[in-house]
Amino acid sequence: MEQILLGALSLGLLWSVMTIGVYITFRILSIADMTVEGTITLGAAVTARVISLGASPWLGLLLAIVAGLLAGLITGLLHTKLGIPALLSGILTMIALFSINLRVMTKANISLLRMPTVYSPLMALGLDKTWAVIVLGGLCAALVISLLYWFFGTEIGSAIRATGANPNMVRAQGIHTDTTIILGLMISNALVGISGSLIAQSQNYADLQMGTGAIVIGLASMIIGEVLFGKRNFFLRFLSMVLGSITYRIIIALVLKMGMPSDDLKLFTAITVVFALSLPKIKDLINGRLRPRKGGV
Amino acid sequence: MLRVQNLTKVFNHNTVNERVALDNVSLTLDAGDFVTVIGGNGAGKSTLLNCVAGLYPPDAGSIFIDDANVTRLPEYRRAAYLGRVFQDPMMGTAADMNIEENLALAYRRGRPRGLRWGISAGERVLYRQMLETLDLGLETRMQSKVGLLSGGQRQALTLLMATLHKPRLLLLDEHTAALDPKTARKVLELSDRFIQDGSLTTMMVTHNMRDAIRHGNRLIMMSGGSIAVDVSGEEKSRLTVEDLLKMFEQARGTEEEIPDRMILG
Ligand SMILES: Nc1ncnc2c1ncn2[C@@H]1O[C@H](COP(=O)(O)OP(=O)(O)OP(=O)(O)O)[C@@H](O)[C@H]1O
Ligand SMILES: [Mg+2]
Repeated sequence: MEQILLGALSLGLLWSVMTIGVYITFRILSIADMTVEGTITLGAAVTARVISLGASPWLGLLLAIVAGLLAGLITGLLHTKLGIPALLSGILTMIALFSINLRVMTKANISLLRMPTVYSPLMALGLDKTWAVIVLGGLCAALVISLLYWFFGTEIGSAIRATGANPNMVRAQGIHTDTTIILGLMISNALVGISGSLIAQSQNYADLQMGTGAIVIGLASMIIGEVLFGKRNFFLRFLSMVLGSITYRIIIALVLKMGMPSDDLKLFTAITVVFALSLPKIKDLINGRLRPRKGGV
Repeated sequence: MLRVQNLTKVFNHNTVNERVALDNVSLTLDAGDFVTVIGGNGAGKSTLLNCVAGLYPPDAGSIFIDDANVTRLPEYRRAAYLGRVFQDPMMGTAADMNIEENLALAYRRGRPRGLRWGISAGERVLYRQMLETLDLGLETRMQSKVGLLSGGQRQALTLLMATLHKPRLLLLDEHTAALDPKTARKVLELSDRFIQDGSLTTMMVTHNMRDAIRHGNRLIMMSGGSIAVDVSGEEKSRLTVEDLLKMFEQARGTEEEIPDRMILG
């Protein structure tokens, strides 16, 4: 049992950085960014290729961030400059990334077994893999939260936050909303790239299919974080994304242990998200049923 | 201060829904002019203000602010010259952000934004003082989300945001129309005070004829995309609601109606 919980903790931390990325687009910019599905694989692919070529895993992580920034930039340009709806822009980039990821990896799967990863220094200190992932994943999440907390307090960060809330007002205050939307998408996808890189290195392989369903995992984690841990100030909101991501993994580990076939995982996650996103409607429905309608013909 | 020359704006060009919203409009405002704008539904009042603000490009004509040709300048770059308050109280502020954050966004209008902290301690003092002048108790709620404020409070805040730095031109498009009468009067009084104190060049659209007469030094009436009546100074101060109604009857286009709320004003 302890092993299961530790495993869930390490997975949760790795995916938490992506969850924060999803939060930035979905909640702050009010955009459902499908690019995520391609970017998580892109981060993994770039890192795996760099490592398999014998270069430093840190260089792999750095290039995964750059690749994520670029993926976000493309989606942002499609949406703002070409006027393609945000959802479709993300889907287009995601589809294009399938081909690009294959080119980066040159094959469907790259194994990193017995190759150096960012976790190697910690393991050399005597930690086992799970703990190395927890320590590094935790550090990474803490660093990301601190940086974002600072950034979204700055002038540019405030402008990005306001863009999601009221783009009309933001333009009236002299801010180019194209720029703030593109910036938000780039930051989000850079975070997703980091997650992809860290995940590939912890599981010792990169796989073309690993991004499938990532957006739904991100949304599920996000909603769990919001529901369970509230959203008072910005720092706590980011922190609740990490806690939500960990809780999601614990839930998954538990239902698997209770005997749910792992093939049904995605169905389970999707249903969870549908339920959580429709909660306001369900509440309305119940209230509407219980309370007699006022007035009307 | 503002010079509009032969401005034409057609919506849905070459379709059955084609609408000539502005038809060769020319208008010059001197510094310190406070112009009230009236006219029936669809007369082109909002379109005129929106063209000046740069929401969409005109089909013909040009717009100068302070002798700078801004006709092709996108909305966000024109914002440096303008303060705007909209009809919809939701439009002017970011509901998810608190009062001081909204003010801080407006405080940086027309200035480069970087990685400095989004709001400084000195600004907070300034904002508190300015909020006190609104007399709505907002100075004690600077950390509250704007979404929690009433429509009138939001309009007053938007007004403050629009005038935080003296705008070259203040555009008010029926900014009290969505408020209850008492609140509307209060927001209108505030607007008048801000405009007088700052000698702000202003265009204010209103459906209330009495307000249009009572406020400002100049009044224009739009009809069918043109300016039908333009009175100022002495002549304007002698206007009565009956005069305006008569002028309206003469000027109005075939499809325009006198809105009920206009007569009631
Ligand atoms: N974005 C738009 N797309 C298409 N037609 C528009 C648009 N905006 C305005 N129009 C049309 O242009 C004409 C002028 O509209 P405008 O909003 O300027 O009138 P208004 O004088 O502000 O009227 P109201 O008193 O109802 O606010 C109307 O016929 C309107 O239907
Ligand atoms: Mg209008």
